[in-house]
Amino acid sequence: MRPVYITGVGIHPFGRFDDRSVVDLGVHAVRAALADAKAGAKPQAVYCGTVYSGVAAGHKVLTSFGMTGMPIMNIEAGCASGAAALGLGVNAIGSGQYDTVLVFGMEKMPRGIIRSSFFEPWREQAGLAVTPAYFALRAQRLMRDSGVTAEHLAQVSVKNHRNGVNNPYAMFRKEITAEEILASKMICEPLRLLMMCSPNEGAAALLLSPKAPINGPAVRIAAAALRSHLPGNVLGEHTPLSGLIDDDIQSPTQLAAAAAYEAAGIGPADIDVAEVQDTDSARELLSCEELGFCGRGEAGSYFATGHTQMSGVRPVNPSGGLLSKGEPLGASGIGQVIEIYWQLRGTAERRQVADAKVGLAHTVGRGANASVVILVRQ
Amino acid sequence: MTRVAVKEGLFEPLEDHGDLRLIGGSCRACTRRHFPSQRVCPYCGEASCEPAALSRSGTVHLCTTVISRPPGYEGPAPYGFGVVELDDGIRVISRILDPDRAAVGTSVEIALEVIGSDADGREIVTYAFRPRAASDEPRATPR
Repeated sequence: MRPVYITGVGIHPFGRFDDRSVVDLGVHAVRAALADAKAGAKPQAVYCGTVYSGVAAGHKVLTSFGMTGMPIMNIEAGCASGAAALGLGVNAIGSGQYDTVLVFGMEKMPRGIIRSSFFEPWREQAGLAVTPAYFALRAQRLMRDSGVTAEHLAQVSVKNHRNGVNNPYAMFRKEITAEEILASKMICEPLRLLMMCSPNEGAAALLLSPKAPINGPAVRIAAAALRSHLPGNVLGEHTPLSGLIDDDIQSPTQLAAAAAYEAAGIGPADIDVAEVQDTDSARELLSCEELGFCGRGEAGSYFATGHTQMSGVRPVNPSGGLLSKGEPLGASGIGQVIEIYWQLRGTAERRQVADAKVGLAHTVGRGANASVVILVRQ
Repeated sequence: MTRVAVKEGLFEPLEDHGDLRLIGGSCRACTRRHFPSQRVCPYCGEASCEPAALSRSGTVHLCTTVISRPPGYEGPAPYGFGVVELDDGIRVISRILDPDRAAVGTSVEIALEVIGSDADGREIVTYAFRPRAASDEPRATPR
């Protein structure tokens, strides 16, 4: 495999933009990435991750400024859609199929709890298609098995909102206190409103090349793994109605992490900075366990060490995470990768993690799908 | 008033006279059980599953309360939602009646819950699990 470098990036801020279409958001991010890469030649292939944007949405973005003719592929993999598109782009560069690839993700999410054609209508009617309730049950399991407390759940949100203050692309840029979080509306015990991320809108784009960029430190994508669920976990992100009595079934995140660490030839101890799925506060803590940052059953004590804080040994979600940025499904995974790219290049400004050389980006969600991307500064 | 199931084939019958059961599937090839019933086993892929009435009772594995009505749902709220571990070795996602009494390990039994009515005025029912009263729980062993 040839090395795969990021040569340019662009983001449309994540938030709510009533006056802009999803295509507008995508165009903004793609043109920003092309300008950043100073790419004269057009990409030889385009991969667009999106869920709710409709037929051939990626095509519409490129059509709007006349950059077409190459293959354009629209990729859906739930919350991992952007990372799934990235994985295809990475393979296309690494294998030698193409020398310039554009990968982007974009989304304009419906408001409120995400309604999904994933569920049959009777499940919605019976009240059994409640995504936050699944999140809450996972949170309860973590509280029971991993020493996580309600205070920890509040403090994850405090941390990420504090980090998000310094992210110009985040939706919520205001610190909140644990008291405010613990007094916010209960959604499903133990998860309160300010412990959960908002679905929203945004776009993110990057260009890939087998040649290191000439401007600034080179950042290489050492692995981009995507995995789905194994059958049997009743609380799996594939949201089944039944499961086995078996608590040792590997999760999609564990599968993707193992594949990514192997491909990159490193382990979790080598990661300096990480962007992980924090759809809710508990999800970040569970992600830390599943990614191997701590042992199984240690999520609570690991968080309490402060290792995931900006001042810690391995800051998690320096961007503010989904709790601050919101979650535009297709754009979310690419946004994380761009944050890690900036961190490794030392250009993350006020949210810079000192001397970060190796970073990881993780998404997980409906499908089930999980992605783990590992980036290395050369 | 006549009744209708939220979806046919999930449970039988539509009134509970002590014979209400979830209808799962049992695989002849790998012996594992699943719910709802399907012909092809979701675990081993063999097309060798037969419908199997699942145990009426089990214990609460996890339980939360859904406070606001989610999209597409017009039934009563708040309501309990959780994972029940049935006595015949399968975990199911279910509504849970009286969730304040449904701590982890609580013994529960299947029940029906009315979640609305259809255009013909028939009650729409779905399955749920209900904590057993202390009196009918002589061997309660919360885990």
